Amino acid sequence: MVEQVRKLLEKRVESPAELENLRQSIAGKRDTSRTCISVCGGTACRAAGAEAVVDAFVDEIERRELQVQVEMKETGCPGFCERGPLVVIRPSKIFYQQVKPEDVPEIIAETVLGGRVVDRLLYVDPSTQEKVTYEPDVPFYKKQTQNILGANREIDPTNIEDYIASGGYSALSKVLTGMKPQEIVDEVKKSGLRGRGGGGFPTGKKWQSCLDAESNIKYVICNADEGDPGAFQDRALLEGNPHSVLEGMIIGAFAIGSHQGYIYVRNEYPLAVKHARIAIEQAMDYGLLGENILGSGFDFTVTIIRGGGAFVCGESSALMASLEGKIGEPKAKYVHMSEKGLWDSPSLLNNVKTWANVPLIINKGADWYSKIGTAGSKGTMIFSLVGNIKNTGLVEVPMGITLREMIFDIGGGIPNGKKFKAVQTGGPSGGCIPEKFLDTPVDFDELTKLGSMMGSGGMIVMDEDTCMVDVAKYFIEFLKGESCGKCTPCREGINRMSEILSRITQGKGKPEDLDTLEDLAGILSAGALCALGQTAANPVMSTLKYFRDEYIAHIEQKKCPAGVCRELIQYSIDPEQCVGCLRCLRACPTGAITGEKKEPHTLNQGLCIKCGACYDVCKFNAVVRQ
Amino acid sequence: MELTLDFPKVKEIVESYTEKVDSLIDSYAGNKEQLISLLQDIQAEFNYLPQDVLVKISQKLDIPLSQVFSVVTFFRAFTLKPRGRHVVTVCLGTACHVKGGSRLVEKMERDYGIKPGETTEDMRFSLETVNCLGCCALGPVVVVDGKYQSKVNPDKLDRVLRGYK
Repeated sequence: MVEQVRKLLEKRVESPAELENLRQSIAGKRDTSRTCISVCGGTACRAAGAEAVVDAFVDEIERRELQVQVEMKETGCPGFCERGPLVVIRPSKIFYQQVKPEDVPEIIAETVLGGRVVDRLLYVDPSTQEKVTYEPDVPFYKKQTQNILGANREIDPTNIEDYIASGGYSALSKVLTGMKPQEIVDEVKKSGLRGRGGGGFPTGKKWQSCLDAESNIKYVICNADEGDPGAFQDRALLEGNPHSVLEGMIIGAFAIGSHQGYIYVRNEYPLAVKHARIAIEQAMDYGLLGENILGSGFDFTVTIIRGGGAFVCGESSALMASLEGKIGEPKAKYVHMSEKGLWDSPSLLNNVKTWANVPLIINKGADWYSKIGTAGSKGTMIFSLVGNIKNTGLVEVPMGITLREMIFDIGGGIPNGKKFKAVQTGGPSGGCIPEKFLDTPVDFDELTKLGSMMGSGGMIVMDEDTCMVDVAKYFIEFLKGESCGKCTPCREGINRMSEILSRITQGKGKPEDLDTLEDLAGILSAGALCALGQTAANPVMSTLKYFRDEYIAHIEQKKCPAGVCRELIQYSIDPEQCVGCLRCLRACPTGAITGEKKEPHTLNQGLCIKCGACYDVCKFNAVVRQ
Repeated sequence: MELTLDFPKVKEIVESYTEKVDSLIDSYAGNKEQLISLLQDIQAEFNYLPQDVLVKISQKLDIPLSQVFSVVTFFRAFTLKPRGRHVVTVCLGTACHVKGGSRLVEKMERDYGIKPGETTEDMRFSLETVNCLGCCALGPVVVVDGKYQSKVNPDKLDRVLRGYK
């Protein structure tokens, strides 16, 4: 016990000067020429088997007694999820992808000890067929500006010393030693930073109203209830660099005069919860959180609250209700949460990415920050590029880059030789953008003009095999399940839209349905209580606007042009192509396919449930979907 | 451990865990606002939220039972029914949807007769859906008892589930 207390006291940093000394001493102890094997430990790489790879490296390093020469590190997610598990050998930054445990002895023998590259583990650029040896040369990374995400690949998120060594908490030192609260808020205002969680509200303005609100108790909240399907950048940041989020929150708390903070994080993100917890504990031990932070007299603590899995809790007032232990129903916002939020006290709520931008703005200055981006949207934005795209992953780019650059230059385009159809941005509140707008610069205002929105940065690419009516139905079904049911326009309006869309996808649509959908959309946006309802019709309206012919095909010709809507398609077997391999016959769950070996099979339409199992397994393109 | 729906048996199990329940609730004493976290911990322990425990929470933390119940039924993460030996979670995020995730839910219904939120009669599987796990590169994603399965098609789902008895 005494020993533990002594150790704690030793760790505690009492002043900004001591923090600098600590940084120097950590750097002094580190040998930058030493071989370091870093394995991405993000959720996606773990799901692809990264943990077994880490274990294999640890075993092999022990077996060969290389502990002194070689350092092993499990880092955060640098973004290239498509190719996980990712391994980088530093300092040369040799980049291996899709590494398996059985590759590990070879990597150690060849690369670490022999200085040779293991050719077969290198990334091959699909467009040029060239092999890429070093991580910075990977085309996926080359066109990005990873101001926020970049640190993920360098640091072990469970080790505060890594963050400190990389310059961490220096922004906090700066504000505690020389900046007045108003100066901090002014700097954030001047940077032009806008909220990264959805609406894009000017962050500085929010901070100002919290600073101006008169109250002894104020709260700082980090919104990590990342609910947009297809968006996972908040998770990657909280998992991969939790201290950058904490540092932003401490600066925000100091600026508005808050002493209690909360991180509201999805329970579906267990690793993010774990890493945020470890980060808070370590920051407490080092005197960067808790009482008398860095000897400044300022106190601030952070508590983690796990969400219950309700999309609506990403909305500020619903989130705060949930923090109070109540059901997550939004309130009408006659008064802003920044004046009367959690337990009726002024509350400063920002998204994970917004908080992570704060240390950067303080360190490098608002002038530097505001040089990046467009007139109305400053800085970089992290997008998750997913769906029918070659390079799935996280992409951090300056605001203003075009959709085309993102999807084709960074994302590598559409796989399997398919054609691009649309990109869906902004999650269930956003819309689908067609090909003719691919040269639009991506920022808050431009996306809104197209009937979509930035949202949390989800970007779902859809190919020609995607049915846009089905996509609209998907989002409306999603929102039907997630509407809290408090206000009538949202509860009833979304239900009616869902009924109409289901009808259309079943071939029972009526021409007047499209007008009804538009009417309902108008009622929702005018009458719903919170943003969930107000924007709920966006996926329907944008697909109606840009893909109206698909709706009409469903209604008038009773056809689904993309071949997705079950009631409107038919499977059959082309006897010319069928070689009689029995694969589809075995895969069919209803026995609708019959035939002998090496004889063309036949499909009984009466028994077919259109599950598509035969279509998936056929290797000869003999199953036809019409 | 075999869990069935009959109440006496559930009660027996709950009683055998009384100590655990008490210590969990006590660890949140005075923190009414952390109700959701407490419920998550209880559910992590029991796989579901037994009624007795909800009554106990209400009494010990001085929260109206109606409020406890409203929170439990509002949030998707909570369930009042015991779940099967294996929980199969199908991701229905947008990326998994465009890659065919919903066909896996249909397959579960076809092969095992369970819809999302339901459990097979033999308590072998419970089916859940989630709106995105953020492993979009690996979609469609299915999680069985916490283990992630990537690029799952109906055929692969069959093979995977065979390993869970």
